[in-house]
Amino acid sequence: MIEARDRQLLEHIQLGLPVCSKPYAEIGRLCDMPETEVIERLTQLKQQGLIKRMGVIVKHRQLGYRANAMVVWNVPDNLIKQLGGHIGQFPFVTLCYQRPRQPEWPYNLYCMIHGKDKATVLKQLEQLVDACSLSSFDQEILFSNRCFKQRGAVYKNTAVTHG
Amino acid sequence: MDDIDKKIINALQDGFPICDAPYRQVAMQLGLLEQELINRLKALLDNGTLTRFGPLYNAEQMGGALTLAAVKAPEQRFDEITDIINAFPEVAHNYARSHELNMWFVIATETPEQIQQTIDAIEQQTGLTVYNMPKNQEYFVNLKLEA
Repeated sequence: MIEARDRQLLEHIQLGLPVCSKPYAEIGRLCDMPETEVIERLTQLKQQGLIKRMGVIVKHRQLGYRANAMVVWNVPDNLIKQLGGHIGQFPFVTLCYQRPRQPEWPYNLYCMIHGKDKATVLKQLEQLVDACSLSSFDQEILFSNRCFKQRGAVYKNTAVTHG
Repeated sequence: MDDIDKKIINALQDGFPICDAPYRQVAMQLGLLEQELINRLKALLDNGTLTRFGPLYNAEQMGGALTLAAVKAPEQRFDEITDIINAFPEVAHNYARSHELNMWFVIATETPEQIQQTIDAIEQQTGLTVYNMPKNQEYFVNLKLEA
């Protein structure tokens, strides 16, 4: 359960931190809370892991990362943990997840590779497949052609009370 | 975007201090003046290079839920399906991908129950089967990209 004052803070900063010399004092003014309390509470929420990270969220296309491939494999369940851990160690891999297999979609291991262009991503994938011995498993590469929507999740009152 | 902007983006992807003068602290680390950092960050947000500057929450700890879903949108209905799916406020990201399953989107809801409700509503409005692929296990997440 998230405390009411924490909840109030989280709602106020979810769309962004003020860009001014004393941002936490500014948030304090908006929430009617002293700056020291804002800093204490946010520090604690970060330690608890509820705030994963404070910082910038980039648009990868704007930074020149034009190719993004979702690569999926069907790997035996008893190997997935080891393979997932190995894949995550490559610097060009941004995400690696296990997800349930579906009818007509037998894949259970997913990773995302962001690269400057398609050729680079394919070369990186080849390196990954070699190093992790993935070549014997069924694999598909899904490049994204277009991004229609990209936004952060928005939480209202109800979201936080269920925590 | 010049080298200083890149330096700022890379530094702020690693995190932002929680203290009384955080911009001054970051500026000092980067060898910039506080006001210069503030001005450049504002510009990067205004011109859309950065989506957002602030916290990234752990959805599950917030009580919410996330899933990855996909549909097979027929070519001739592709734009219509895109519009229907993007109109859902629960849809956080949506990508066209090169596959028979050609539209992949993330659903983020305030409660776990709303995931299924959203999927049902999308199926009803599109007439398509929604493949639901929630995360079983997370092995690695690093959204940092070198600018």
